[in-house]
This record gives sequence, C-alpha cells and structure tokens, in this order.
Amino acid sequence: MSTRPTAPTSNRGLRPLPAGPRGILIDCGTTALARACYRSLQARRMSGLLEAADLVPGATTVLVDGVDEPELLAAELPGWPLTEEPESASEAVEIPVCYDGPDLEAVAKLWGVSPDAVADIHSGIEYEAAFCGFSPGFAYLEGLPEEYRVPRRESPRTAVPAGSVAIAGPYTGVYPRSSPGGWQLIATMTNPGRLWNEHREPAALLVPGTKVRFAAVRV
Amino acid sequence: MSHIEILRAGVLTTCQDAGRPGWGHLAVPPSGAADRPSWRLANQLAGNPTGACALETTLNGCTVKAHRNVTVVVGGAPCPVTVDGRPESWGQPVKLKAGSVLDAGPAEVGVRSYLAFSGGLHPKSSLGSHSTCLLSGLGPAPLADGDTIPLGPSPAHPPLPTQWPTPWAGVSEELVMKLHLGPRLEWFRPEAVAELARGVWTVSEHSNRIGLRLDGPALRRIDTAELPSEGIVAGGLQVPPNGQPILFGADHPTTGGYPVIGVVGAEAQAAAAQARPGTRIRFAPIPMPHWSRRA
Repeated sequence: MSTRPTAPTSNRGLRPLPAGPRGILIDCGTTALARACYRSLQARRMSGLLEAADLVPGATTVLVDGVDEPELLAAELPGWPLTEEPESASEAVEIPVCYDGPDLEAVAKLWGVSPDAVADIHSGIEYEAAFCGFSPGFAYLEGLPEEYRVPRRESPRTAVPAGSVAIAGPYTGVYPRSSPGGWQLIATMTNPGRLWNEHREPAALLVPGTKVRFAAVRV
Repeated sequence: MSHIEILRAGVLTTCQDAGRPGWGHLAVPPSGAADRPSWRLANQLAGNPTGACALETTLNGCTVKAHRNVTVVVGGAPCPVTVDGRPESWGQPVKLKAGSVLDAGPAEVGVRSYLAFSGGLHPKSSLGSHSTCLLSGLGPAPLADGDTIPLGPSPAHPPLPTQWPTPWAGVSEELVMKLHLGPRLEWFRPEAVAELARGVWTVSEHSNRIGLRLDGPALRRIDTAELPSEGIVAGGLQVPPNGQPILFGADHPTTGGYPVIGVVGAEAQAAAAQARPGTRIRFAPIPMPHWSRRA
C-alpha cells in the first residue's frame, strides 16, 4: 500500500496512563505508533522482559493489563526501542466475498461510483488488522483511504448476519457471528466459520497485525 | 465421575471458573466468577484445587440433584440451603448422597451464591475455561432446567474441616469504593473529581455480569469528541455521553469508545458483584500517580 506511513522508530510520543492498580494504557497518539508499540510489547513479553496478563491494542493505544508494578513499566517506557515494520511482511489472508450487501447501493452513492466499482475498490486494497473488539474474532481492518470513509447507519440493525462485510469510518470488518451492528454492509464472506475457531491456535483468523485482502466471487 | 442435574436453574445460573484472561487482543472478555473471593473460598471448603468450576446463581438460587455422592459448599450471597427438604448449613461443606436434591434458595442479601462441588464441574470448555460469558457467548450456555453437568474425580484432599468463623465477606447496602483515577480523567471537567467524591449513585436494574449501570449525578465531559476505541480493564468506570457511569464486571467488552474516568480494584469488583439494584455506591477517588502527569 503506497500510503503506509514509514515505520516509527522514536517512542517520544508514547504516554503512559494509569488503568487501575495493575494496568497501563499507553496512549501512542497515532495508529502507526500504536502498531509499533504493540509489536515491541509483544516481543518484550516473548523474551521474558515483560510480565503482563494481557496486551490489548486499540486504535491509537495499547493496554498492558495485569502488571505487578505499573510504575516500573512506565519508567522503562521512554528507553525502549520500538520494533520497526517487519521487512518480510507475511502474506495477506485472502477472504472470498460476494459483494451483495444491503447497503452496497447506499455506499456506492456516498462514494459516487457504481456498485461494481465499490467491489473493485474495496477488494483492491490491502488491509491490516489494527485491533480486535466488539466480538471474538472481529478485527478492525485499516487501510481504507480517507475519501472512502462513510458514517455508521443512522439506526443500527438489531441483527447483522454472520459473515457480513461492513465499512464505517476508517475501518472495514467482517462480523464473525450474528449480532447487532451499525456499520454499512457491502458484502458477504462465503465461509464466515473461518473467522473464529476455538480449536485452532489462534482461534481468530484475523489477529492484530494480519494483512487482509478481499477477493470478489460471483454467485 | 458422574454428574449433577439442574432441576431449577433460577433466573440465571452459570458455570464459572477463573475465566479466560489473556485473550483481550482477540476481543475475548476475561469472564470468570464475578465474586472471586467467594468462589475461591467455596472451592477451598469443598476441597477443590484453585480454579475449579462452580455454579454462580443470580438472586433466586437454584436446585440441583446429585447423581453421585459429592460434597457441596453453598457460599457467596447467603441463602437458605436444604437437602431433600431438610435445612442444611450455608457456607459449610454439606455431604450429598447420590439421588439427593439440594436447594439453594433466594439470596437473603447480595446477588450471587456459589455452589462448589468436590471434584469441580466439567462442562464444555472454550479457550481453556468453563466460564459462561454473557457478552461473547463463549463457554457453556446459561443453565436451563434439566441440564446435566459432568463432575470431575473427587479431589485427593478431603474437604477442609468445618471452621468457625468462615471468612465470608459481608454484603452491605452502601459501598464505598476506592477509585483509581484515570486513564481518561482529563476528558472530564475539572470539578469531576469533587463530584465523584461527593456523589452517591445507586445500582440500576439494568445491571449484569457485563457491568453495573449506576444512576446518579451525571459526570460531564469537556467536549463531545470521539474517543478512538481502546482497551478496557475489569473495574473500569466508563462514562457514556449521558454521563451515567457503567462499572465494568467480569464479562466486560475488551475495547470501548467512551472514556474511562477511573478503575476500582479487585476487592471492590467483588463487592460490586454482590450489589443489588438499589445499592448505594460512593467513590473515594485516588489521584493519578505522578508518572502519568504531563511533564
């Protein structure tokens, strides 16, 4: 993707905030710095330099939960080198979808293009799972250019079918199971069961950092 | 091995163990027993290893039939206990013979009673935990009349000898919770800390394992800017646009887009799990630590 910001190497933008007696919310200010901070925290945890119950990335933050001495972690933070974007980026996960969502026409109008062009544009972008939230296996996928951002629906649907591919704000995502939802539905994943499988490690197909591409299939 | 059978599930009875912490990055709530100290003590008294799965009831208890000889401890929210209609001890090990029926009645105070069975319960597990999660749907479904749950092998250690007094936590009608301010205190008007210290909130009817909704003074934000979704911890006090705070419990969402003004610790989370609708809650705000203040 041509618009990807260069990998940050400075951690001067990181701001530790208390999240209870055993947690720190690191406010990174930008999504790029949050990605780098999350990679760095993961690496430190893997190598035993950080003990934490959970690392939860957000849009521009990383939550470090279950740490014995948050104060020490906060003090160490300014001295950390941040992990740069991995050189050999892993191959993108391909998600076959059918562009048949009930909001496809509405999104086409908002984008000022035809419904077929929505499919071409949406499937032409490589996304990255920024963070998970909302429902196990639901990843907020980043990469939609500014001009394609759309608002949420004015009234959320009470039931969005599993496999619905949706967009809202800077994100696109796929609903792993039927749930209420306010995003604009543009497509349907042909095999949504792949998104969440408790017998697989990891259970989620799209973990933070995963590259994703959508492939249009015709029925 | 054998099993127990749920004869009366009550309004909401779930299987709960230590939950599934560590999967927040996949949007999996931690879940697990809402009142940890009570769940832990019930298991200890039943002779179970730490972490065993027990039943967690809600307000009106449940009725269970044993299909093998088993020791059971009913703890947490105090309630009448009967075995085959005869009164039995609450908060102490009770021996059930195969075929007997134990009833844990309505909570006299508090919300959640725990029924720990020697050997522990072994319903379906999900990501290493038997806990039901109301938010994500992971783990076994909330129990229904007629459900059966496998029992684990009886523990090698016999149940602890009965001891008086057993250190069950009390349940009170008014709670004062230490509130560790942050992470998003600065999203609120400067007077918010004083309002937190002065205000009294009551637990709303619309409360559950996901969180307690609190009615009371509205906590006003500086502006209506949107907070990019960020990680949430159990015990977080989140403030939606209407200013009425939500105190997150075991099944809390892993991320959220409304600011968290402060966080209560494990002790207060356990007390919150026993707070009935109408319970008054006050906060004792603890200032943000020095390391988080802007230089």
